Amino acid sequence: MDIMIDKLILYFEYPFVRYALIVSVLISLCASLLGVPLVLKRFSFIGDGLSHVAFGAFAVAVILNPINIMLIIAPITVFCAILLLRTGQNSKIKGDASLAILSVSSLAIGYLLMNVFSTSPNISGDVCATLFGSTSILTLSLLDVWICIIMSIFVIGIFLLFYNRIFSVTFDESFATATGTKASHYNLLIAVVTALVIVLAMNLVGALLVSALIIFPAITAMRIFKSFKGVVICAVIISVVCSTTGLLISILAGTPVGSTIVVTHLCIFAIFTGVKQLTRGRI
Amino acid sequence: MLLLNAQELCLGYEGKRVASSITFCVRPGDYLFIVGENGSGKSTLMKTVLGLLSPIEGEITLGDGLKHNEIGYLPQQTVVQRDFPASVREVVLSGCLKRSGPCLFYTREDKECAATNMEKLGISALSKHCYRELSGGQQQRVLLARALCAARKILLLDEPVAGLDPKAAMDMYQIIKELNEKHGLTIVMISHDVSAAIKYASHILHIKENSSFFGNKQDYLETDMGKNFSNIGER
Repeated sequence: MDIMIDKLILYFEYPFVRYALIVSVLISLCASLLGVPLVLKRFSFIGDGLSHVAFGAFAVAVILNPINIMLIIAPITVFCAILLLRTGQNSKIKGDASLAILSVSSLAIGYLLMNVFSTSPNISGDVCATLFGSTSILTLSLLDVWICIIMSIFVIGIFLLFYNRIFSVTFDESFATATGTKASHYNLLIAVVTALVIVLAMNLVGALLVSALIIFPAITAMRIFKSFKGVVICAVIISVVCSTTGLLISILAGTPVGSTIVVTHLCIFAIFTGVKQLTRGRI
Repeated sequence: MLLLNAQELCLGYEGKRVASSITFCVRPGDYLFIVGENGSGKSTLMKTVLGLLSPIEGEITLGDGLKHNEIGYLPQQTVVQRDFPASVREVVLSGCLKRSGPCLFYTREDKECAATNMEKLGISALSKHCYRELSGGQQQRVLLARALCAARKILLLDEPVAGLDPKAAMDMYQIIKELNEKHGLTIVMISHDVSAAIKYASHILHIKENSSFFGNKQDYLETDMGKNFSNIGER
């Protein structure tokens, strides 16, 4: 045990490890906040679809090579978020199909572009890193950390300010609209912010695993908690704890960051489900 | 002194015509039942009254100083709500959202309003309970309490007894009757249940494809549609 703690202390002397920790806590916090309304509104598919889009956008960004790749990834993903929301609302089946089309096309285009315009000799390594997260979390610059902090303040601020409205719109869109809340505006707001969070979270766990950060905390919290506020608070705590634990384990054991975090989430989910089963008869 | 006045309405959505030439009005204290078959345009009418859809022809005017945020609405339950983790208090409070204008948070008045309405419907004891664990009748009371928070003068209900067992349905009708008689709330209700309409309503709007009826209950009982039902009742 002492050896592990010494090892951790040693690692934390490096700024990049501290940056990684700050970023992973902030990203998972934002993702879990958004996850609650997304899961409850049956919009989890948007999170999943957008992560694929972000992969395609990443490939485009790498080729165009702008000052910061975020400048390309973020607008494309936000645009697709709006597109998905619009089609998803018109009709159920069409929304489903259009999502599948968008997801697989982005994946295919992303891989194709990376292959054709490859800039490095190790293409499959690059692709794998983008999809499943990479060591890029450990190569963050101070600028990346600041972008992340500002984004998180923005997301948390929006969530707190509009908390009551988000609840109302999530629980009952027709009532909210009838009493004068513009439900479609809030749906749009949630989708756009989700897109931004996904783009940020790609660094942490990779494009394919992003939706885990959004969906797992909310689903896990819903196993036990019975009020909206309880679920939101619990989801945030679970998410931050899982990401930190996952990151520490991956540093100590040398495992991939993204998959370690997701597997930690899965374990907590299993535990919560077990607890719910055990207490079912008693409550 | 009309709260709602609809003249020669032609309803529909996405360019599709659902019902035409509907004329009716609602006075303060009325209890109006809107009946008709499935697909006759009852829900479309409700959405038009709420301002969610605009009528193809004709118009609905709100009178007597009634504003859109003073209308209480009880929509049909959705799939999303069935496993929604929310406490009863959270749901009821969300009805107060637009009460005090563009304010982002609940004021003390809002919280008192929610408490009063929970008291009125006998669900105060459930305040901390989880919405998804309540029985159908209790859930409907919670949604009614939320609607009351938004309603100052008029309450619109969309099939409030759908899916309830007969006892819970009876209770629901009783509660609505009391709200109308004791608290002077104007009620507009969509229903399949013509026999309940004859029992409780003061006015009835029966939507049919081309010939809709609107009038008070006595007049309705003398029409062919009404006679059918009163005969069934006597047998």
